[in-house]
Amino acid sequence: MTDQPAVAYLDHAATTPMWPEAIDVMTTELARLGNASSLHTSGRAARRVVEESRELIAERLGARPSEVVFCSGGTEANNLAIKGLYWSRQALDPSRRRVVFSSIEHHALLDPVTWLAKHEGAEVAMTPVDRTGRIEVEALRSAVESDPSTVAAVTTMWANNEMGTIQPIDEVVRIAREHGIPVHSDAVQAAGYVPLDFAASQLDAMTVTAHKLGGPVGVGALVIKREHDPVALLHGGGQERDIRSGTIGVALIASFATALDLTVQRQAETSARIERLRTRLVDGVRRVVPDAVVNGDPASGPTHRLPNIAHVTFPGCEGDAMLMLLDAQGVECSTGSACAAGVPQPSHVLLAMGFDETAARGSLRFSLGHTSTEADVDRLIEVLPAVHERARKAAGVRGVS
Amino acid sequence: MTARPLRVVAAMSGGVDSAVAAARAVDAGHDVTGVHLALSRNPRSYRSGARGCCSIEDSNDARRAADTLGIPFYVWDMSEEFADTVVDDFVAEYTAGRTPNPCLRCNEKIKFAAVLDRALALGFDAVATGHYARLETGADGFVQMHRAEDHGKDQSYVLGVLTQQQLSHSLFPLGDTTKDVVRAEAEHRGLQVARKPDSHDICFIADGDNAGWLTEKLGPKPGPIVDESGEVLGAHEGAYAFTIGQRRGLRLGVPAPDGKPRFVLDIEPVSGTVTVGPRESLTVDVLDCVKPLWCAGPPADGEYTVQLRAHGDEHAARVEVADDETVRVELIDPAAGIAPGQACVIYDGTRVVGSATIDRTSRLARR
Repeated sequence: MTDQPAVAYLDHAATTPMWPEAIDVMTTELARLGNASSLHTSGRAARRVVEESRELIAERLGARPSEVVFCSGGTEANNLAIKGLYWSRQALDPSRRRVVFSSIEHHALLDPVTWLAKHEGAEVAMTPVDRTGRIEVEALRSAVESDPSTVAAVTTMWANNEMGTIQPIDEVVRIAREHGIPVHSDAVQAAGYVPLDFAASQLDAMTVTAHKLGGPVGVGALVIKREHDPVALLHGGGQERDIRSGTIGVALIASFATALDLTVQRQAETSARIERLRTRLVDGVRRVVPDAVVNGDPASGPTHRLPNIAHVTFPGCEGDAMLMLLDAQGVECSTGSACAAGVPQPSHVLLAMGFDETAARGSLRFSLGHTSTEADVDRLIEVLPAVHERARKAAGVRGVS
Repeated sequence: MTARPLRVVAAMSGGVDSAVAAARAVDAGHDVTGVHLALSRNPRSYRSGARGCCSIEDSNDARRAADTLGIPFYVWDMSEEFADTVVDDFVAEYTAGRTPNPCLRCNEKIKFAAVLDRALALGFDAVATGHYARLETGADGFVQMHRAEDHGKDQSYVLGVLTQQQLSHSLFPLGDTTKDVVRAEAEHRGLQVARKPDSHDICFIADGDNAGWLTEKLGPKPGPIVDESGEVLGAHEGAYAFTIGQRRGLRLGVPAPDGKPRFVLDIEPVSGTVTVGPRESLTVDVLDCVKPLWCAGPPADGEYTVQLRAHGDEHAARVEVADDETVRVELIDPAAGIAPGQACVIYDGTRVVGSATIDRTSRLARR
């Protein structure tokens, strides 16, 4: 066996390694003096880095520079989008109290929506999904059309983070636009793995974050059309169109721009390579565990599934036991989500897709990224049979069937 | 401790004892994995004082201790098993007028059963905990459990339910140490939890108000409080708020004729009748016990010492194993406040022989 990696990292959907170029830019920029809002020479120089980064990011995402609002990452961008649009749209017309969202959103979207319902009197309309994890467009249509004038915003993620299933954003936009309703999409997982064009999508707002595409943790952007003026979550110095106050993180933003630029330039090639790795992974898993079930959309491509995610149910096993055993063998993956105390929770995405709690608990997500190799996949396939056997035994002890 | 390195699950509560126990298992050369048990379905964010456990803070404390020791760390969700066995049993026992010990039940059904079984199935050899008890292998090859070196901290009572199979897969690295030494060692090892207060009381009743918790869970079930002659002295909102030997909180309007304090003597669960009387009536010397669990098979009938509650006194007693299901324990000197439902743990010197659940208490006619 050649080139066995110390650790086979199969959790790129959680976070992916930074591009060396992005690390270089970041460390260089950390040495730069100057607050990007200062008026003197150093301040202007720092601001120039930020604005050039903004222009590059905008170009790579098919947006205008003024549409890019930097913030701390996906959670903040989603909160800003959904709360900000809810409040600003309500201020114009108090009858706009409804938020239409999908049952498979990330907690960073799900939780602000339920918070609005609990504390701000929002009415929420949840769009169900099919067995592959794709929203049922007709259900969304009837939710919107039952009373379009009362809808504050519609939000549907671009691609699901657990399944990789890509959502019919075009159709969602078409339905909402007929009634002048703004549409937001959380594109955190999609960015870097499928082409994103903000202008062509006709979305009103879109969330991206740096660390899912080889940039640093702690920076992201809400791309939002200029006609929208979401109510700010943070009040202060008025940076970022007065939508997001706070001293601008020059080094983070510069590194984000470098990472996004590289990712988009190499996206077609990376995605094709990763899709082949995924096929190798899925074939291998099926070979060594014949009753394993691969979930989500079997077809790949920009309207079907992200190339990098393989979500697998192992009947009669517990995902957390498998995760622990794989970890001990140097293979790192994910069970989906865990609560604050670290207890694995049955994924709301799987439950929404119609899986029962046992199947939901018996699943693992393997996700690939730009540094993934055949050796990573082979390592998994090599250790999986023994791990699976043990996990099945342990589940038997607990009475999981 | 065995010389052969074992694959060990160290159960880490987030307290100082289990952290040092895990550290010592690492030092002994074992391959240790830290596991925090999530026992509550709705964990609270922070500990409140010395009470409760399983908060997110406890989980984080356990994780930090594992980081310091350089061992892998996971959280195992045992909340379902805990609710189904320990909590439900606690409620059922109180409903039946008995006084259960949930820590003992947790050791019997969760830590050294559900957790141990899962650990063994996952390829581990043993579970290590921070309990204060000593294990030794006897000449006969059986694993013996003894009282801890630190008698004040000794927890062999709540471990008295463990069988030979369970004991043979257990490690108690703190058995030969005092609490002071454990805290000093934690400090020396740089464990953040060195000065964390000990936890007391029942972990799933965060505020320590057992009666209030039971009342909320079971709803009010009023009944009379009577004296030994049957005369009604007062009323209560639920018999489960009382335990045998209890003196406080009776709220009787009428003082006893002799002016002496009155104690709960008996709880009759069906009618909810609580009988009170003088201290003398509390003393018993015959304990009919059921469901015995032996560390290494049933003992020969004879004289032993018994302990009847956690941190309770030792009593000299004659123990007679009637059959697989029943044990008769005769105390040499009568004792007061012995509640059915509690465990009677039987010792031969410092060695735990086994345990049984007290079913009925009475007084020998000859006395």
